[in-house]
Amino acid sequence: MTALLIVLGAAVGAPTRYLADLWIQSRHETRYPWGTFAVNVIGSLVLGCIASAVYAGSSPEWLLTLVGTSFCGALTTFSTFSFEAVRLTQEGALATAVAYVAGSLAAGLLACTAGWALVAAVT
Amino acid sequence: MPIDPPAPREPIDPDVTSAEAHEAAAEHLSLRHLLRGRGDIVGSIAAGGAIGALARWGLAELIPHGTGEFATSTLIANVVGAFLIGVLMVVVVEVMQPTRLVRPFLGVGVLGGFTTFSTYTLDLHEMLREGHPGAAAAYLVVTLVGGLAATAAAIAVTRHLLVREGAQ
Repeated sequence: MTALLIVLGAAVGAPTRYLADLWIQSRHETRYPWGTFAVNVIGSLVLGCIASAVYAGSSPEWLLTLVGTSFCGALTTFSTFSFEAVRLTQEGALATAVAYVAGSLAAGLLACTAGWALVAAVT
Repeated sequence: MPIDPPAPREPIDPDVTSAEAHEAAAEHLSLRHLLRGRGDIVGSIAAGGAIGALARWGLAELIPHGTGEFATSTLIANVVGAFLIGVLMVVVVEVMQPTRLVRPFLGVGVLGGFTTFSTYTLDLHEMLREGHPGAAAAYLVVTLVGGLAATAAAIAVTRHLLVREGAQ
């Protein structure tokens, strides 16, 4: 049952990341990887919300597996994030690489914390 | 004496290359238009993502951790995934003949599904909330430095082993 939830969430989350990345990357010319940045921050926000709701007991555990572990897990990516940071550095765009890494971490952690607090406030 | 053409370089974004982005920009930007002609790519990514996420879940079951504790399984998945995408991109761009589905299936799908940024930030949030700032700092740094070093090492090692000098 858990495996089925994992498959379902990821089979939606991973293509959503690709389409969002494609859509965003087709709309700007800068080297900053806004596509991956956006999915990683939004995924962190949603996971923070879901985890908070399950922690408060207002959402069932399976929702954390389906939407959290699986959908948000596949919507976000660390491998692409790492590759982009390394490639920016190799291309000599060190400032962009540092801004990308620090920006993703700060915004991701902030989004997760905000999602958690928001749901905790209303439950 | 013939001049060698420049060696192919990996894109910045391994999931959406600039050629793909330009192609999408030339189309109408509705979701329906983005999907048109990319059904096979999107399907490959869905299948790969499911496989990757199952592997990440299996690893988490194998090495469980309590709420707010150091998340070893997520750390391993992210660092291993960061290494494998370095290998994959050198192989796809510099070694193999161009294919349509290998990179979407393995890179965007399997490795994207195996690794996770949202669980990384949630793990950090939980360690801080449970009052383990030391564990949070260690987890943040080891994942980040380990991941970046793994990607850089994978690119260098794969290129050294598989790409012949002066090839192309």
